[in-house]
Amino acid sequence: MSQNPIQVTVDRLKRIAHIPERAPRKPADAGTCPKCQSHFSSEEMVANARVCTNCAHHFAITARERLDHLAGGHDEWREIWTELRASDPLQFVDLEPYPDRVRKAEQSTDLGEAVVVAELEIEGELCVAAIMDFKFMGGSMGSVVGEKIARGCERAIELGVPLVAITSSGGARMQEGVLALMQMAKTVVAFEEMADANLPIIVVLTHPTTGGVWASFAALGDFTYAEPGALIAFSGPRVIEQTTREKLPDDFGKAEQQLLNGQIDAVVDRRDLPARIGKVLRICHRPDLAAQPPLANIISQASGERMGRIADAVAETITQTLPKLPKKIADRVAKAIEPRGGDDR
Amino acid sequence: MSSAKSIGGRFVKRIADKLHTAPDATSDSWDAIQLARHQERPYPLDYIGRFCDEFEELHGDRLFRDDPAIVCGIGRYHGEPVAFIGEQKGRDTADRQYRNFGMPGPEGYRKAMRVMNLATKLDIPLVTLIDTPGAFPGAGAEERGQGGAIARSIAEMVRIQVPTVAVIIGEGSSGGALAIGVADRVLIMENGTYSVISPEGGSAILWRDAGKARLAAAAFRPTAATCYRFGVVDAVVPEPEGGAHKDHDEAARLLDQYLQRQLKELRAMPRADRLRQRRERFRRLGAHKEFAIGDPSAVVSGRVDLTAPSDPSAPQAAK
Ligand SMILES: [Zn+2]
Repeated sequence: MSQNPIQVTVDRLKRIAHIPERAPRKPADAGTCPKCQSHFSSEEMVANARVCTNCAHHFAITARERLDHLAGGHDEWREIWTELRASDPLQFVDLEPYPDRVRKAEQSTDLGEAVVVAELEIEGELCVAAIMDFKFMGGSMGSVVGEKIARGCERAIELGVPLVAITSSGGARMQEGVLALMQMAKTVVAFEEMADANLPIIVVLTHPTTGGVWASFAALGDFTYAEPGALIAFSGPRVIEQTTREKLPDDFGKAEQQLLNGQIDAVVDRRDLPARIGKVLRICHRPDLAAQPPLANIISQASGERMGRIADAVAETITQTLPKLPKKIADRVAKAIEPRGGDDR
Repeated sequence: MSSAKSIGGRFVKRIADKLHTAPDATSDSWDAIQLARHQERPYPLDYIGRFCDEFEELHGDRLFRDDPAIVCGIGRYHGEPVAFIGEQKGRDTADRQYRNFGMPGPEGYRKAMRVMNLATKLDIPLVTLIDTPGAFPGAGAEERGQGGAIARSIAEMVRIQVPTVAVIIGEGSSGGALAIGVADRVLIMENGTYSVISPEGGSAILWRDAGKARLAAAAFRPTAATCYRFGVVDAVVPEPEGGAHKDHDEAARLLDQYLQRQLKELRAMPRADRLRQRRERFRRLGAHKEFAIGDPSAVVSGRVDLTAPSDPSAPQAAK
């Protein structure tokens, strides 16, 4: 390997143990259906999962609202790896600098990146969900999106549960250059790890799923669904029309068409998604694969105080076992569990 | 022997200059793109013809048709059978149209997967030669599953058990290049380029003006030096003075040296180690920041949110 990857890890080992300040989420907004002009208040919007009750037009939905919906209207989901943020490997400037674009997206969406990874139960079945949000820079896949999806798979393997990926993306994040391209490979590698662990992957394609996302992990689900009217394509209609001078029909690349092309398993209305995903999760339910006991889960849920108690208990157990170990190993272990001084390597 | 050495020495200096000068000047990236696209530049069949005494080309994906933008087959390489997959552009107008300007459709990637499976069956190494402006954007290609074909080709390259080496011999743009680029070792020719999108495509999207390709090239910096610095490629293969198009024989000889060495190293590795390292190689690539906020996994739960720490100094101060 020629070089180390560029990875800025700020103080990962010295995290402080307290629950961070949490700002209230922006309230859901009201909207008017572009197809039939019906108006919906914000409460109606949330209740209908942002689907027009008159003509079934699917509005865009934010990643966290979708999590609420998938969790059955409960707020029992835990978002993980919110601390990952984009860096700017190329010092990229197009019409404005890349970091400025990221900051604007952070402020307008309340998200840290274009994908939200969470642990949740859908219809009572535990899974890890990776949900993309098109509002964050067109849902483009840069290093952070690739990393979060890969970690999502690793988390699913750790817990022995399926992965649910809901995509919405214009493709690779061009501002990260060739490293964005590499995220396609990274996510596929993570999906291969899922295959090795015999864990199923459910992919739901939502409007739009195009470019490098459709040409990598989004096409590799074991169960692949799409929302009605979602555009699913490697090259968008505009690019195709410019390159080949073909005139494309209006339904080109739409979910219904891709179903006929044999590219997806079914077109599913958003309001039916929790039930449909829940059904697949139930069918695939494998308690023998679930992690026992989920130590990582316990640790990640623990508050600072509980963390300390767990650490003490672990240290005590290890101390008791020490005399049974060969001296050389025992010394090393004893040294490792000694309370540390000021310097933290 | 001595000539090879002196070429090596000059090359090292050339690359070192490229690596250590401040971010490549506009002209650098643009020059590299022009050289990478030079129509006299050697294409996969030019290299394979010089590497192998005998080469048997295979055709067709067994599902729809043959895609001339991808050439593949098995050749005798230094006394051993080796599978080759390459993206082939054309040299004159007729040839270029026949090869579809080196833009493969789903058939091309399915044909490539056929040869990957053959390499696995025969337990012989696989070498891929990348040179494409991207996968073909066409209505038919979409209907036949362009995205899925690229994704499955990437997955097959991750899965395949035999030693694999990918070489970017010209321009490597978008998923169309990566589809055959996920290998144990990735090399790039000195004047090759590797990027997320062609500068024309990038300028049309980011600058909303296809005429800003020069600007886009400078911003994407798709050069061999950038790829090496990011760890995307493992080695940069020198080209003859002035570029590979000046001397095909010498270009093939230089690449041959690098290929042989990589294959020898890969063959010596235990299979399990090699496969694990291939996955780890691609698992690691990327550039991100990780902030320390809150409790052990910086958890946010339920209907609440977290203000984004857009100022990197803030979390450090909370030590
Ligand atoms: Zn409506």
